[in-house]
Amino acid sequence: MSETLHKVGVEVNGKPREGHVPARLSLVDWLRDELRLTGTHVGCEHGVCGACSVMLDGEPVRSCLMYTVQANGHRITTVEGLAQPDGSMSALQDAFCETHGLQCGYCTPGMLIAAQGLLDSNPDPTEEQIRDAIGGNLCRCTGYQQIVEAVRLAAERMKK
Amino acid sequence: MLATHGDSAKLIAGGQSLVPMMAMRLVRPAFLVDINEIDALKFVEIEKDAARTGACTRQRTVERDDGLAARVPLLRRALAWVGHVQTRNRGTVGGSLAHADPSAELPLVARVIEARMQLRSAKGTRTLAAEKFFSGPMMTSTRPDECLEEIHWPVWSWKHTGSAFTEISVRHGDFAMVAAAAQVALDGNGRCTRAAFGLGGAGGTPLAFPKIAARLVGTRLEDEAIENAADGAAKESDPGGDLHASKEYRRHLARVLAARALREARDDAKRQ
Repeated sequence: MSETLHKVGVEVNGKPREGHVPARLSLVDWLRDELRLTGTHVGCEHGVCGACSVMLDGEPVRSCLMYTVQANGHRITTVEGLAQPDGSMSALQDAFCETHGLQCGYCTPGMLIAAQGLLDSNPDPTEEQIRDAIGGNLCRCTGYQQIVEAVRLAAERMKK
Repeated sequence: MLATHGDSAKLIAGGQSLVPMMAMRLVRPAFLVDINEIDALKFVEIEKDAARTGACTRQRTVERDDGLAARVPLLRRALAWVGHVQTRNRGTVGGSLAHADPSAELPLVARVIEARMQLRSAKGTRTLAAEKFFSGPMMTSTRPDECLEEIHWPVWSWKHTGSAFTEISVRHGDFAMVAAAAQVALDGNGRCTRAAFGLGGAGGTPLAFPKIAARLVGTRLEDEAIENAADGAAKESDPGGDLHASKEYRRHLARVLAARALREARDDAKRQ
């Protein structure tokens, strides 16, 4: 069955990207399958696990609950866009490595986006605020403790 | 589109309930009509005796609006329990009301403070009280060709107005087993001049108990009066049972949470 294709223009990680997509294509599938930005993970595909979190105009959202056509004219940041311009890790990413904030890594891109979203609006969060911010992201390995530590460590370093 | 396709077309706003339901094949609309880019549906306006929000206003926008929190405090209190940051960034106020999940937070607030929903079709607009708007589990009185356009939230102008929202769920951000919301106003002597409270997850629609609440007016909202009101509300409620919580447990929660919300609202009013 051939489907009507819609033209979309989306700024992804600072670069304008274009595509021709069926209306039903989810944003996460476009990012992964068409743009090959496979850092964003697909977990539950119905908005529960948070692995597919990306920033839409600077705020974290679930990319499995959005259609690509809905991102037309908007700004998307994926986990690939968090690194520094020279490709080295961001303060938050470094902190995740150092505190063992990841094990299998499946939830990590979503955790990073959720945590970065918090730090962007609140550079000095309390533990409760950190837990609230990552509350929509499931991790089955770490027990969350090291992830909270990572966000805390990154916040302290970014203050300096 | 809605007039032409009727029930086979669905409006999509934030998509935080509709898209999961489509992913699970619980709904399979032939047409989706995206209203996200309609700026006229996204606003917060504060007037003397009501605050108005556009149906497509994001939950996160409402949560962050200090003016709205000062005048309709239950909205911010309730939104703290709604999903997660990622879903509130995308989810809309109108979407949650139109979805009409009987355990959802915003429909409960709308029912408790008697919000009014403005519906629009190609033929014109009409306004429905929350009581009439919510007609059953996931059902509203919206006709197939109508779109929820804006919501009018009454503002209580008493100086000592307090509110509270509380709920029990498996994990924070999950669907509530039972939720309770209350808003009360006190005069300068601590006597109740107006009270409203309700329960979510305790029936086919969010429930409010205006007759029971009216009996609190004139009291000092002593714990005993509150316990009696909560007990009456729990008896009137009709919760269902599932694997997370039996009917009996939900009714128990209804009584405990209604009392807790009323006590917290009273203490909040005293601080104002």
